[in-house]
Amino acid sequence: MTETLAETPQPEAAVRTGVFRRLLKNPLGLTALIILGIVVLTGIFGPVIAPFDPNKADLVNALAGPGTDGHLLGTDSAGRDVFSRLLVGAQSTLLAAALAAVVALLIGLPTGLLAGYFGGKFDSVASWCTNVLMSLPAIIILLAASAALGRSVWISMTVFGVLMSPGMFRLTRTSVQAVRNELYVDAARVAGLSTASIIGKHILFVVRAPLIIQTSIVCGIAIAIQAALEFLGLGDPLTPTWGVMLNEGFINIYGSPILAVWPGLAISLTVGSFVVLGNALRDALEDAPKFKRTKPIQLTPPRTESVQAVDLAAADHLLSVSRLGVGYPQQGGATKVVVADVSFHVDRGEVLGIVGESGSGKSQTAFSILGLLPDEAEILGGSISFDGIPLVSAGGNRLSQGRLSELRGKRIAYIPQEPMSNLDPNFTIGYQLVRPLTRVLGLSKAEATARALELLTIVGITNPQRTFDAYPHEVSGGMAQRVLIAGAVSCNPDLLIADEPTTALDVTVQAEVLDLLRDLQARFNMGVVLVTHNFGVVADLCDRVVVMQNGRVVESGDVRTILRAPREQYTRTLLGAMLEGKTPMSTLTVTEPAPVFDAPVKVGL
Amino acid sequence: MVSFIVRRLISGVVVLFVVSSLTFFMLYFSATSVARNILGESATQAQVHLKEIELGLDQPLFSRYFDWLGGALSGNFGVSWFNSQPVVESIVGRLPTTLSIVLVTIVIAAVLATLFGVAAAVRRGWVDRLLQIVSIGASAIPQFVVAIVLVTVFAIGLQLLPATGYVPLTDNVGGWLASITLPIIALAIGAVASTAQQVRSAVITVLSRDYVRTLRSRGLAPREILFRHVLRGAAPAGLTVLSLQFIGMLGGVVVLEQIFALPGLGFLALQSTTQGDMPVLMGVVVYIVIIVVVVNLLVDLAVGWLNPKARVS
Repeated sequence: MTETLAETPQPEAAVRTGVFRRLLKNPLGLTALIILGIVVLTGIFGPVIAPFDPNKADLVNALAGPGTDGHLLGTDSAGRDVFSRLLVGAQSTLLAAALAAVVALLIGLPTGLLAGYFGGKFDSVASWCTNVLMSLPAIIILLAASAALGRSVWISMTVFGVLMSPGMFRLTRTSVQAVRNELYVDAARVAGLSTASIIGKHILFVVRAPLIIQTSIVCGIAIAIQAALEFLGLGDPLTPTWGVMLNEGFINIYGSPILAVWPGLAISLTVGSFVVLGNALRDALEDAPKFKRTKPIQLTPPRTESVQAVDLAAADHLLSVSRLGVGYPQQGGATKVVVADVSFHVDRGEVLGIVGESGSGKSQTAFSILGLLPDEAEILGGSISFDGIPLVSAGGNRLSQGRLSELRGKRIAYIPQEPMSNLDPNFTIGYQLVRPLTRVLGLSKAEATARALELLTIVGITNPQRTFDAYPHEVSGGMAQRVLIAGAVSCNPDLLIADEPTTALDVTVQAEVLDLLRDLQARFNMGVVLVTHNFGVVADLCDRVVVMQNGRVVESGDVRTILRAPREQYTRTLLGAMLEGKTPMSTLTVTEPAPVFDAPVKVGL
Repeated sequence: MVSFIVRRLISGVVVLFVVSSLTFFMLYFSATSVARNILGESATQAQVHLKEIELGLDQPLFSRYFDWLGGALSGNFGVSWFNSQPVVESIVGRLPTTLSIVLVTIVIAAVLATLFGVAAAVRRGWVDRLLQIVSIGASAIPQFVVAIVLVTVFAIGLQLLPATGYVPLTDNVGGWLASITLPIIALAIGAVASTAQQVRSAVITVLSRDYVRTLRSRGLAPREILFRHVLRGAAPAGLTVLSLQFIGMLGGVVVLEQIFALPGLGFLALQSTTQGDMPVLMGVVVYIVIIVVVVNLLVDLAVGWLNPKARVS
């Protein structure tokens, strides 16, 4: 229940009404609200509307069935009216739950704010205390507390509030940490707002929603725990409560099991409503319209013409992409088109650059070739064929997966953009290189190990054995990218898809990695699709180039031609933006073999 | 790795010390009428006074505290104020009951939660929706209410299983199983539901990681990626929830042992609370905190083994 909500700040009024409306629209949320409303009303008016004195014993009428003598739900073993006791019990139940929630908030919120905002020593001490509190079984502590401090529901709920404060603390702390360094908080700081008013105005606003959800859940748990303690006989024996009634019913479970039903229902419905309300609130908040991260591209989907079974021209090329369209279905039936009508081809031993800004659809095109688009994506039209094998056609995502899985790794390989996030942190680099070799090429483990070490040497790692044994977090970003390149070429692929292979690297390392790619491409005579936003890289490495904008191909052709005489304005702008005031990348690269950095920082285990 | 274990151990000892000391000081102020409780209403004032001296209640706080601490450090938690049985003896006698319930539940919860959580994360659709609904339902009904329903239906109504009592494993395996089945079901429902939720979201998170896509690009089978790489990445989150569930169960058994009349640690804890039997209650608290510390250490070790990065932090 300590799940945190990373929320983007939104216009307040609109969100509030929106959330409430969505909450009411959710049948579960509405039911929970109605039940809680009834319980609250009962809590307020219960003592007034109760038809009998809840504590008045009447041994003659003990264990009377429902409806006898005006006892709507019958009487218990002492002849007390069950319905009246149920009504009166609501009050102490709700007040006690509120007490626990308030105590938890009073402790958790301020400490969480301070720990999250200032960090440092206070944060470490508070977090340690939190961990201790969370590792204590609540009921055992409550037993000890009731032995020490007396049997009062107020004392136990205060103690329970303390035990529940870690949840509030953690929630507040994480939310505050998330927004502490946000630009608008910085702006407020620069604008001269005091720390107190920053916390009050901006940060409290952000943690508000998760705290309301957590409060609802704490109330539910508090009622359950309170009832459990009373059931165990640790409550105040004079107050009629649901827990005491349940105990009473359980004692008579053989004789009149119905006695346990009413308090059991009351407890479950109330606890359940709090929990459901918390969940419904979370859903309502998560459904809130979020700021679009990327500008939606409004394009008409390409006409999904019947795709020719085998494109005759395609057979000649290693890779042939024809009229490809990719989209993401949105809520309400619309489709956001990210790639439209894209066609190009790659031959053996040829390097094709796909260049464009972020959001131009170039990575989506690359993932379509690999069949590694996210599950939500849909091929809208067109076809892709590799070495004459049709891979992708519209609506055939599932079909193509089967064919692609035979090719992936073996004949088509992939170099990702971000080296560190593309290695599994839980396995050694050696394992991640050896496994595909044994699976795809069927090598023995010893052969695969030898091959992996050889590959590491080929990609310029001077101490292959050390890198082989290292975990990903023990090597640098440049080294990790070399490892990924080694992995990509390990099974001698015919086609290499490199998605911004140098973007995440330092400038010096970028040049080395480009040199390495050029060497490997020549050595293995691979066709390469190089996705980049950098015309310098294109000039350095590519034979032909495709320029993309807004999911469409703007211009394509020979690299020299396009660099010298770009036909389209967009290409000129792109080129101008990249070359303005700079010498092209190709003249920057050092031609002598660059020094290779191979010093894995081995962090002691 | 060694320093990692040592640091966790030291932290555990500190927790144990702090919690037991706090409990001791809290209980000290409550032991005012315990001599009268032991002797009954008919005892004279002089007899009560003698009993207080016998129990050491006339000693000042710190003298009693250090007596207790000295004894505890050598493994001696004193004797019960009510039946003079050594505390350690009565706790050790009751541990198997509680542990057999909690441990079997944890194993069941781990297996089922992994199955449901992974299925919901991978299949999504109706499997996922079913899990959501069931787990909201499971977390909405308090454990002890579930237990009462189970007793009413399966023990009293259908008479399939015994309503109360415990049969030691060493006496009769079938009887043991029958005696712990209902308590385990009552404990497991909530544990499975909330652990499965955590497993689900952890698996979804790991599935969306870049390295999973790269592993797919290497031609590894989806099954291998799921069971070897994704599950391993999601396991630490699942283990952490399980350890929290375990701690919660140590409290939950107090109520369940009452409902099913099982002579376990929770039974002892409640009994000593109602009587004001301070040595026994202190002993129970210390033992439970030790169990918690050991479980947390084991989970930390397991997470360190699964995730090489966690070994250094």
